[in-house]
Amino acid sequence: MRSVLPGANRIVELIGLASTSLSPDILRALSVAGGSSSGNAALVIGEILVNCDIAARDRVPMCQDTGIPCFFVGGRSLDAADRVELSSGIAGAVSSCVASGILRPNAVDPLSGLNSGDGIGVGIPQVYFDDAPAAGADSPLVIDILLKGGGSENVGRQYSLPGDLPGAGRDMDGVRRCVIDAAFRAQGLGCSPGILGVCVGGDRASGMAAAKRQLLRRLDDVPGPFGDFERELAEAVNTLGIGPMGLGGLPTVLGVKVGTLARHPASFFVSIACGCWATRRWRMVVSPDGRCSFV
Amino acid sequence: MGLNLDPTRIDSPCTREATQALRAGDRVLLSGILVTARDMAHRRMVQAPSDEVRDVLKNAFVYHCGPVVLPDGGGWRVMSAGPTTSMREEPFQAAVIREFGLRGVVGKGGMGDATASALRECGGVYLHATGGAGASLASRIVEVIGVHFLQEFGVPEAMWILRVRDFPAIVTMDSTGRSVHRDVLEESSGAMDVLLRR
Repeated sequence: MRSVLPGANRIVELIGLASTSLSPDILRALSVAGGSSSGNAALVIGEILVNCDIAARDRVPMCQDTGIPCFFVGGRSLDAADRVELSSGIAGAVSSCVASGILRPNAVDPLSGLNSGDGIGVGIPQVYFDDAPAAGADSPLVIDILLKGGGSENVGRQYSLPGDLPGAGRDMDGVRRCVIDAAFRAQGLGCSPGILGVCVGGDRASGMAAAKRQLLRRLDDVPGPFGDFERELAEAVNTLGIGPMGLGGLPTVLGVKVGTLARHPASFFVSIACGCWATRRWRMVVSPDGRCSFV
Repeated sequence: MGLNLDPTRIDSPCTREATQALRAGDRVLLSGILVTARDMAHRRMVQAPSDEVRDVLKNAFVYHCGPVVLPDGGGWRVMSAGPTTSMREEPFQAAVIREFGLRGVVGKGGMGDATASALRECGGVYLHATGGAGASLASRIVEVIGVHFLQEFGVPEAMWILRVRDFPAIVTMDSTGRSVHRDVLEESSGAMDVLLRR
């Protein structure tokens, strides 16, 4: 069954929103953090908040690294023809956003270093399709976008326990040690204060992907089974005193989000995706009659 | 410890005395020439130092930045231009500072021992700009004077010669060897030991 897909102009709108406007929950968390900070931390957060105002007002990229555009499509199960059409619509929207200066051309040949110039390369943009077996004819199509910057991506980490981190075993305390270690090693690179997405379990590929998906969760969402643990982890990381941009003080993270995947009996991976303060994520909801809303 | 919380105005190019007087923790507003240079530009400056950029770099600052730039009439419009991670240039930076007579470097995250010793030797500084603040930092660019290696390197890696006014930054590595990054690393290392003892 074919589904109603968003037009190219709507995908361009979604990308533009993500590049120029921070999600309200992150903006709120930054404002709160700025209100109680001092010294370099206050200076950095002040600059960040001014930057967000200018970017939204002038509709320019809040960060020049507009990242790898990642799209997560769900809500409905799309058939093969719809998937092909939507993927090609997304690629077209990405190159048109590069042409209009909303995105930087970020697809580079890995060995020659040659930039394709239009934001398109093998594996870029990324589009993930989730099946929705419970969806009905009136279920909306949901498209989450994440513009994932290179600096934050570079400081993500994956630990195979035990072994990769002395003292960390296959339990909650081991996970805690991994998160603290990753935040310590990052030293604010990946532009703190941001969000840490954590996946416990899975394999090397699925664990990292699931960790990245945790960044899509709102900071103020209804906590899942790990709500208390997430709060404990954020408090521990903030005790490090690394601070905004690694220049000391508070906070180092705005939040930590944790999820799990089943694991192989022999494996225990803790995968950590780092989201910068400019974790640019928005959701487009497409109703079956084609109306689009952005949340 | 004599920390200067009012910003010091620094010109680019400037004298050795001007950067030597700065201390880690000082806030500065930089006005003048800023030349963007990322990985490809640094490799080129070391492997085949080009006279094209020699004059403009003398006593000036390089900026670790890959901007978003659009053609605008006959010129250019910089849409967004925050700093990128400086540590990637560590293998090249000390040689570039010496070869081109830089007064310093603008970036984010700080740099390593080789750069620190080149800064000590040349009386230079490392200036930390707020990562991700591409829109507000681009608003401090008053002119795109020119661009080098655009065809060869692409927009983010090209060397954009910019004129900035009141570009805000924090001195995080100074010419006496002091480093905010080392201080934070040491303090957070102590805090981590306490956290992991539990």
